Amino acid sequence: MPELNLVQAINQALAQEMERDERVVVLGEDVGLNGGVFRVTEGLQAKFGRERVVDTPLAESGIIGTSIGLAMAGMRPVPEIQFEGFLGPAYDQLVNHAARFRTRTRGAITIPMTVRVPVGGGIHAPELHSDSPEAIYSHSPGLKVLMPSTPYDAKGMLLAAIRDPDPCIFFEPKRVYRSFKEEVPEGDYEVPIGQAKVVSEGDDITVVTWGATVFQCLAAMDELPDDVSVELIDLRTIYPMDTDTITESVRKTGRCVVVHEAPRTAGMGAEIATVIQEACFLHLEAPVQRVTGFDTVMPYYKLELEYLPESPRIVQAVRECLAY
Amino acid sequence: MPKKTVYKATIEHIQILDEDGKLDASLAKNTLTDEEVAFLFEQMVIWRHLDEVAFKLQRSGRMGTYPQNKGQEAAALGSGFAAKKGTDFLVPCYRENAALFLHGLAPHMILLHWMGDERGNQIPDNVNCTPISIPIGTQMLHATGIAWAYKIRKEPRCVVTYFGDGATSEGDFHEAMNFASTLEVPCVFFCQNNQWAISVPREVQMASETVAQKALAYGMPGVQVDGNDMFAVFKATRDALDRARKGGGPTFIEAVTYRLADHTTADDAKRYRDVKEVEAWTKKDPIIRHRKFLESKGLWSDKKHAEVEAKAKKIVDEIIKTAEGIEKPSPADIFNFTFAEIPEQLRIQRDTMRTNSLGQDPSQTGLKPEHAHTR
Ligand SMILES: Cc1ncc(C[n+]2csc(CCOP(=O)(O)OP(=O)(O)O)c2C)c(N)n1
Ligand SMILES: [Mg+2]
Repeated sequence: MPELNLVQAINQALAQEMERDERVVVLGEDVGLNGGVFRVTEGLQAKFGRERVVDTPLAESGIIGTSIGLAMAGMRPVPEIQFEGFLGPAYDQLVNHAARFRTRTRGAITIPMTVRVPVGGGIHAPELHSDSPEAIYSHSPGLKVLMPSTPYDAKGMLLAAIRDPDPCIFFEPKRVYRSFKEEVPEGDYEVPIGQAKVVSEGDDITVVTWGATVFQCLAAMDELPDDVSVELIDLRTIYPMDTDTITESVRKTGRCVVVHEAPRTAGMGAEIATVIQEACFLHLEAPVQRVTGFDTVMPYYKLELEYLPESPRIVQAVRECLAY
Repeated sequence: MPKKTVYKATIEHIQILDEDGKLDASLAKNTLTDEEVAFLFEQMVIWRHLDEVAFKLQRSGRMGTYPQNKGQEAAALGSGFAAKKGTDFLVPCYRENAALFLHGLAPHMILLHWMGDERGNQIPDNVNCTPISIPIGTQMLHATGIAWAYKIRKEPRCVVTYFGDGATSEGDFHEAMNFASTLEVPCVFFCQNNQWAISVPREVQMASETVAQKALAYGMPGVQVDGNDMFAVFKATRDALDRARKGGGPTFIEAVTYRLADHTTADDAKRYRDVKEVEAWTKKDPIIRHRKFLESKGLWSDKKHAEVEAKAKKIVDEIIKTAEGIEKPSPADIFNFTFAEIPEQLRIQRDTMRTNSLGQDPSQTGLKPEHAHTR
């Protein structure tokens, strides 16, 4: 089986789905000839032509608004927003239209589109190129929010998202784009939306995370004593959340640490802690803990590693939670 | 009712100094004096050098992503020189560094910004500009608001805002144009049409033949100038500012120029644009024509050029030393500028950022005493 990095796996998924389904169109800033600023759409325009891989004007509201129209008219648009920080102009179209059309029309008009968005920090990028807005969109009913952390999951989840009848935001953690390769089947497969993955099984404590911080958590596990048995869960889909996998694990371990890059207040960690409290209260041995970004603007890169949840902070949280 | 034409318009293109350094003397009247051109040309050489060194700093890992200004210096300098330093206000994007320097911004601050340090945006009170703006096409609304305030307070001040060709596709651009023209605010919209928005050429970006004609839809005068010609840029900007200052409202200026470098250091323009196109525009480099002009006037020579280059090197070395000599900010700075007064919960996050993962009150039963210090 060929080994691919995250960029290559997503590229392959796009190419295969465009081949299989002629309704699929890719659109966005610089996605055509240039293959996207991260090269995720590299070679697609050469293969599928300028009608299906489209360099749009520089306008995020335009990209998402017209994708909604394309979807209404029976296409399967896969728009790209160049960086998560530039979702801003598209917010109105995403939240006030894409998310609402099914409800608004009682199912008469639906918006099957998959918005691809590079996300997160840790790559020394300028302002608005390092944020983590997944909670904002998870809090907007009608949108599915995905964030794979591995090439295998990325391909399978992207195929599932494009085939999903509802609008999906597919966040791609930049820090992982080229960080490693793994075996990715060449054939067609889906990783279902809404299914978390147990990365490693354990009995003492549950760690829940998603995106690039999966790897910070793995690094933290390496630093913990061998007799500490951690169950690491990669959420993969932020909304709809796989609460079963989380609560089953916490009923077993009685302890949980949630790790995310996004700010703490009203971040997904708050939601997860509440779900655990609702479903596992009598099983808890310690309060659920959060290792997160702070309630501040994401700092410029000189300080970004002070902000991001790196492994020392995670190790400490796990130790404290275990000691409780 | 018979058919009739209800609207008709043309767009003027102004060039005063051509690419061979030949000046149209009649158009050049009351624009720049020879001394001013010599001064501005020296600036051009210095800031071109800074730009090239900044590129190298990125390549050697001493700076993050950097967008080169190379080739667009005449547009920045001609327009920046037309605005009154200390009175007028600049609202930039990121390809007009030289204009900001003319208005007193310390050059190391631009480097500091691209070195991932917010202090590069901490504009001193005596410099009239906003910092570099990352979200494309958004800052022209701020410019409109600033100009509006000047109008409300009847201050004889104007704003010049800068943005690219690509930026004119964003909705905010159109909202700014409409606000500015309906409110008749003293704002000059200065579009640096450098032909590309990353990999997207102007003709893919828009179906209109000129960018300037977009102004007409908003009832705003629109003019196109050769953006590599400081005379034309200066004249158009000064005229626009004169009118704005007298209450005549906003103007749109399209400066036709070219991005001679990659979009940023993270880009590779060879993937999408023809080297022949770059070669053709290299011949129109503002450095070439302004030097030729000054030489024809006997105001420049190889010796003078060598002197200015040596001066540029010294100045730029100093700027880099300053930027790199600034110590890493304190991690507490992540928190300290979020609000005028830090809220209690944020203060706790700041003061325990390295020690607190628990976020729980240690007085809760169950917390083992050895961990109580973590608060
Ligand atoms: C709202 C927004 N969308 C996308 C980007 C990514 N981006 C940065 S520069 C750029 C192209 C800008 O082109 P133009 O306005 O012509 O300015 P130029 O870089 O050519 O000076 C893009 C798409 C951004 N910074 N902001
Ligand atoms: Mg441009």
